[in-house]
Amino acid sequence: MALVVSVAAVSAVGFFTDRVQQALARQSNLLLGADLVLTSDYPLSAEFSQEASRRGLLTSHTIHFPSMVTHAAESHLAEIKAVQKGYPLRGRLLISAKADIPATETVEIPQPGTVWVEPRLLEQLEIQTGDKITLGQRTLLVNAVLRAESDRAGDIFSFAPRLMMNSEDVSSTGLIQFGSRIKYRLLVAGNASEVAAYRHWATPRLKSGVKLEDVSDARPEIRNALAKARQFLGLAAMSSVVLAAVAMALAGLRFVRRNLDACAVMRCLGASQSFILRAHLLQLSMVGLLGGLVGCVAGYLAQIVLSRMVGGLLLEGLPQPSLLPALQGLLGGLAVLLGVTWPLLAKLRDVQALRVLRSDLPVPRLANWLSFSPALAVVSVLILWTAKDARLGWIALAGLTVFLALAVLFAWLSVRWIRSLGRAQAGSLRFGTSNLARHPLSSISTVAGFSLGLMALLLVTLVRGDLLRSWQATLPPDAPNRFVINIQKDQLAELKSFFLREGLPPPAIKPMVRGRLVAVNDKPLDVSRFDERARRLVEREFNLSWAQDMEADNRITAGHWWKPEDAGLPMLSLEQGIAETLGLKLGDWLTYDIAGTQVRLRVVNLRKVEWDSMRANFFGISNSGMLEKFSASYITSFYVPPHRETMLNRLVKTFPNLTVIDVSAIMVQVRSIMDRMAGAVQFVFGFCLAAGILVLYASLAVTSDERALEYTLLRVLGARRRQILLAMLTEFFLVALLSAVVAACGASVIAWFVSHQVLNLTYLFDAGLLAWSIGIAGVVIPLAAWVGLRKTLNLPPSRLLKST
Amino acid sequence: MILHALDMRVESGETLAIVGASGSGKSTLLGLLAGLDTPTAGQVKINGTALDRLDEDGRAELRGREIGFVFQSFQLLPAFTALENVLLPLELAGLENAVELAHTALQRVGLQERLGHTPGRLSGGEQQRVAIARAFAPGSRLLLADEPTGNLDPATGERIIDLLFELNRERTTTLVMVTHDMALAGRCDRVLRLEDGRLH
Repeated sequence: MALVVSVAAVSAVGFFTDRVQQALARQSNLLLGADLVLTSDYPLSAEFSQEASRRGLLTSHTIHFPSMVTHAAESHLAEIKAVQKGYPLRGRLLISAKADIPATETVEIPQPGTVWVEPRLLEQLEIQTGDKITLGQRTLLVNAVLRAESDRAGDIFSFAPRLMMNSEDVSSTGLIQFGSRIKYRLLVAGNASEVAAYRHWATPRLKSGVKLEDVSDARPEIRNALAKARQFLGLAAMSSVVLAAVAMALAGLRFVRRNLDACAVMRCLGASQSFILRAHLLQLSMVGLLGGLVGCVAGYLAQIVLSRMVGGLLLEGLPQPSLLPALQGLLGGLAVLLGVTWPLLAKLRDVQALRVLRSDLPVPRLANWLSFSPALAVVSVLILWTAKDARLGWIALAGLTVFLALAVLFAWLSVRWIRSLGRAQAGSLRFGTSNLARHPLSSISTVAGFSLGLMALLLVTLVRGDLLRSWQATLPPDAPNRFVINIQKDQLAELKSFFLREGLPPPAIKPMVRGRLVAVNDKPLDVSRFDERARRLVEREFNLSWAQDMEADNRITAGHWWKPEDAGLPMLSLEQGIAETLGLKLGDWLTYDIAGTQVRLRVVNLRKVEWDSMRANFFGISNSGMLEKFSASYITSFYVPPHRETMLNRLVKTFPNLTVIDVSAIMVQVRSIMDRMAGAVQFVFGFCLAAGILVLYASLAVTSDERALEYTLLRVLGARRRQILLAMLTEFFLVALLSAVVAACGASVIAWFVSHQVLNLTYLFDAGLLAWSIGIAGVVIPLAAWVGLRKTLNLPPSRLLKST
Repeated sequence: MILHALDMRVESGETLAIVGASGSGKSTLLGLLAGLDTPTAGQVKINGTALDRLDEDGRAELRGREIGFVFQSFQLLPAFTALENVLLPLELAGLENAVELAHTALQRVGLQERLGHTPGRLSGGEQQRVAIARAFAPGSRLLLADEPTGNLDPATGERIIDLLFELNRERTTTLVMVTHDMALAGRCDRVLRLEDGRLH
């Protein structure tokens, strides 16, 4: 059973990630919508499309930007994609006349004057096909429902619904203005060798800010999500492998004890040591193979759940998994089984034949810490291999080891304390309590095993729910809940007047220019020296601003803010976090490329920003007199009371180029995604809980003969069934209580760390968590023990005479 | 059929030995007398109480009250100390002065220095003395012994039997002993031979 659980856990994760990996491999060009895509924040030079056409490749341009879409009194943010004839070069579009009728594939694109929208936008705007919507300065007809576009599949980072339009209509909307957040894409497709040659031609011509992707690096966000899922789900599965190994060790101990005499007889009858070892290895292998196969089937069934929970977030239509994960799960499980049982089988091999005559010969010491070093080595290698990252692997290994060691220590100390209680209770309660101390192996291993799975489940639940709610609750009630971007300079005065007319205080509106960091201390930036996160930050454009005075929610941590007389001097205030990430410090000269012009600024202070305040803040703010010469757009954030939300529709109608971002809606979306991912992690940790119960059963098996004697003798000596049952339930309820305390404390400590270090909250120990923990453990463990010991409880007392 | 048409009566205070070859049904008979098993036909009464009228819990209660056991392989709980083993039947019966009675019983069998020892740290003879103390401590009126010296060397076995009979006389218990040792059987008031499931 232990092997089944461990193989099931590992193979479930393996099957799931294999399916996504296969889908990525097969569908990469569909996910790109082409064989190769160039992406830029600015319109691409015509030479790229001309060269592609010259080489006989198909091309198509697309433009992407967020914008508000309005119908009557409703307006909502949408992801706009403007396409040309020929789109998509790979993949498909599915449309339908209505949201609730089957979709059909199309090779067409929206005609000029019309748009296709996702069902979600139809619901939000309360419209249907045939209605008109307003996008910027244009009114457009909704004439189809967009049901699928293959290059959008799995776009979990896009919170707004899609609106697809003809690129000929873009300029008339008036939405493309300086500072607008636009992505220009050139799609290229054709013969593989020509595409490769084109890539070779294009790569040295790529300017800063232009990115090139082909099928091998399509959808990096999905690849990253898959890599992270493989890491974390895999490590979650490893926790059940560790516990399964403990259960196997306990079961192995029992097997060996029971077979010592039989092996002694076999030695007497002429069996060699190697024969005994081979016979038992063969038996073990057959059991292992059978268990492993059952585990693979269970893992396949379990991955169906995982794919439903999380797969749809990443990709649609996952193909069936290959057999490789089954093989990996099986081999890993067998390796653990062999590692755990090899030292025990060696004891069987070494049993003395003299045992058949001298039953008083002491039972050989079956195991010590060194005996399990092969098993520890196998499990460690498996954990490191699963993590695919040495640091993460060692952290996971160390974390598991520390937790189990602390759990064992706590259980051992508790057992000793209970033993010292002596005769404090009466009757069955005392019998049950003292039995905890009389079966220390069973008690301690169950506490350690069960508490690991329970702690993991509690922790994920805490992070998923309470911590996020606590963080949100720290926000002041009137914290800004709307961001507005794309404000133009000539709209500032009118925007302020708008707010005054609406009876709301005009918010602070801040200028923004976008610049790319190209050099530090006059040395060109070498992105290869950064880790992945820093590289992503530095490859995109920074949002820079300028100000005379520092914002109230910022705090200087190094250096000084400038004085009014410093106006015109090249000074920069840098956010502390990004400075640390990029290795920048006070006094560094940073060179930014802003719309083709290079600007040198010196870091004169570092700032800590309260990002939680939901106010518009910037990583880099310059002194006044440095950036004003560049064309800027403006942004702001403000609070809209629930009963005043209709003013947003008027805002968008008055200023159609503005993009209004609903922060609370994004938070809901983020929570929803996190919930599904957390659900998947909890599902995998469910295997850990199952493995914990198997540790319980294995420890019961080790002590089963002793317990059979105990319960039978008690019946002979006058105990009623109810008394024995009460004693047993008392014993295992105490085990449950200890497990619950360990789990709740472990989850609380880690939650405290997360809230203190990551979320910057004060986390207080939650008594409700302990109650939940006791509730779960207090039911599961005694129930599982009762199921496991039911037959022993009902053994006829007359067997005691037959055993003499 | 292991036992056939058995009809026997044991008087209060009597010592009875049941002898027979291996497989003759001695342990089965003992189990019936103790209420550990129920006959397929017929009745067993102890002090006027018919065992077949009681359910398993009822028989357990009667055993706790009335019957003490001494087994061939001692049947002490390995994780319990000598004191805890003797306390078992006393606590199951809910006796208030259980600890005192246990101490007294162990003192009587000469193990006052071994109270905290588990069976693994006691010799065979000492283990059987703990078992005897356990059997007599609750004040049982019927003592059932199944080959009490079967796992002991002759010298130790002799001492154990002497102790058993001594305590039996002191407490005027009724003793029914199953044995294949004719010399041991001869020390009882009466000997019954079990052969092919029948008493002779």
